[in-house]
Amino acid sequence: MRPKIARLGGVLAVGVALTVGLAACGGGGDTGSTTGGGDSAAPTTLKIGFMGDLSGESSGIVIPPSNGAQLAVDEYNATNPKVKIEMIKYDSRADATTAVNLAQKAIKDDKVVALVGPAFSGESKQAVPVLEEAKIPNISASATNVDLAKNGWKYWHRVVPNDGVQGPSIADFIAGAAAAKNVFVVDDKSEYGKGLADAVRAQLKTKGATVSDDALDPNATDYSSTVNKAVSAKPDAIFFGGYYAGAGKLLKQLRDKGVQAKFFSGDGSLDKGIIESAGAAQAEGALIGCPCRIPTSAETDEKVKKFAADYKAKFGADPLIYATEGYDAMTAFTKAIAGGATTADAINEAVGKSDFDGISKHISFDPTGEPSAKSIYMYQVKDGQIGLLGDTTTAKLS
Amino acid sequence: MFDNLLGSFWPYTIDGLILGAIYGLVALGYTMVYGVLRLINFAHSEIFMIGTMASAFVVMVMGVTKPLTGLALVGGLLLLVLAGGAASAGSAMLLERIAYRPLRKRGASRLAALISAIGASLFLQELFALVIIPYVFNRPQQGRNQMGVARIMEKDTLFSIGGAQVRVDQVIIFVAALGMMVLLDLLVNRTKIGRGIRATSQDPETAVLMGVDIDKIVRVTFLIGGLMAGVAGALFVLQFEVTKFSIGFLLGIKAFTAAVLGGIGNLRGALLGGLFLGLIENYGAAIFGSGWKDVIAFSVLVLVLMFRPTGILGESLQQARA
Repeated sequence: MRPKIARLGGVLAVGVALTVGLAACGGGGDTGSTTGGGDSAAPTTLKIGFMGDLSGESSGIVIPPSNGAQLAVDEYNATNPKVKIEMIKYDSRADATTAVNLAQKAIKDDKVVALVGPAFSGESKQAVPVLEEAKIPNISASATNVDLAKNGWKYWHRVVPNDGVQGPSIADFIAGAAAAKNVFVVDDKSEYGKGLADAVRAQLKTKGATVSDDALDPNATDYSSTVNKAVSAKPDAIFFGGYYAGAGKLLKQLRDKGVQAKFFSGDGSLDKGIIESAGAAQAEGALIGCPCRIPTSAETDEKVKKFAADYKAKFGADPLIYATEGYDAMTAFTKAIAGGATTADAINEAVGKSDFDGISKHISFDPTGEPSAKSIYMYQVKDGQIGLLGDTTTAKLS
Repeated sequence: MFDNLLGSFWPYTIDGLILGAIYGLVALGYTMVYGVLRLINFAHSEIFMIGTMASAFVVMVMGVTKPLTGLALVGGLLLLVLAGGAASAGSAMLLERIAYRPLRKRGASRLAALISAIGASLFLQELFALVIIPYVFNRPQQGRNQMGVARIMEKDTLFSIGGAQVRVDQVIIFVAALGMMVLLDLLVNRTKIGRGIRATSQDPETAVLMGVDIDKIVRVTFLIGGLMAGVAGALFVLQFEVTKFSIGFLLGIKAFTAAVLGGIGNLRGALLGGLFLGLIENYGAAIFGSGWKDVIAFSVLVLVLMFRPTGILGESLQQARA
């Protein structure tokens, strides 16, 4: 009985896959013909999707870019253009299967001409091929996996530098501006944390720094063995690759044991939770690198300041992580549409030629879809707040 | 490889003992319930979590902004321990009433009780993640995030041994944990209720014939186990100043391991197993790196059980003599 059912399941699966595949092709053709034929009677409203985890555990880093994108759409529509834009949100809950289904829904039912997202690397890997096949241009505001750019996708872009840029940039800052010769590098054994920490380790070694290392379990609480190792290594700087919960606990226990070395971490730790977990006194001075550009209360850039004010007026909250990137990703689309592109293909072509100063950085893409600007920013905890120190290549430690 | 351990032997030892004392306190709950009911109470890790939450709540309500000193500190610490102990003891008894007693009365198999324990554990975690942390702690949409707890005591160094600085809070934790265990040992071995506990674990049916009220004994067992876990939770919050809805999971596994290591069903074994596990973890981390901590700890567990299948002390609660 079992093998028979399995076989039947297999047949069904193939059938479904075929149908879906055909449907996707058909959808692509449809979009092409309706919008293509629409040249004579140009549509007055185009739909652009936003996809990411809008309600799940990671929604904290997806809602800000979604708000940013919405702000860009509203500002565009407020200029009373010939072609208006409607943004449709797709809540993938960071699940790849859901993302694929939503991508098909966006293409077939809603007939979107472009999409901001998918937000994360995992879902991008599965859902972007669907968009690619239907020829829907897409720009992610937060997917940072290095390999995404290696798929030969023509309709995919992102506005953040990938993980391969972040680690070496932070390491350069540790060895350069922070002038550390002896660095203790800890990771949380996760794919992200270890990858980032390994990149930092490798780059630090090429800079001639002494590197000692250790690993910890982010779900554990007692990090005394790691702290004791740090005590005997007597480092000038400590780097932690992992998320804020582990970073906060580690930082607190280091400071309580009297380890005063400068503490560094990556974008996974860029959350005010690190201050809460470590305690304000212990977190003071901690340095966190991120490919993202977050407006802070001490903002000096007028354009970013205006963005932050508009964002706060509209959503009643400060723009957090990836809000500026979400805005910039959507702006690439609004600029393309303002430039007269109304079909998915024309928009993709215009986006590929993007060349404007966004809020987060100068926006232009290389042929693989990667952003040309590779800035990594350094943030520092000061008086219990995370403040921007500046670009890692130019920022100075006071 | 070994020079790291030899170079800072005392720091590793002290930290291992402190952590081991907390493991030991939580392990008591596993071991007592097992001794009396032959049940592994998997929800015990959540009883510990409730203890940390109650302590965190007290700190929040007290509105501590800077570390307390003098009498205020003593009062604060007592309140912390009382709140943790009371909340955990109360929930452990409630758990027994709702999740275990109905099954026991209907003569359900031990496996059914085990499933009930796992269910209760998941229920309690989700209850905190979805309701209590968002609403009682007023952290909407952050139920699953780690929660920081304000510092209530200054962590000054009290004295040092061979290069290891011993802090006040560490001394308090160690002394409090040992004190609780000594009290429990006296209770089980020297009082009437203790005799009841021992009699029930030895032979429940005969114990009933001798006039022991089994329901009462089971209630008391859960109460004591919960109390110990709650105190452990309060001490944990004092030491690490964080908690989370799933904080009990890893610690629960470690405490259960400690109970097995010491000889499950054996009270002194739980303490010994806890301290032993804490030390092994830290020594292992010193030699092979902290990433190997758990591998070392569990390898040692397997080795110990190969040669002493009943744990280090082996002897169980039922055979303990007053």
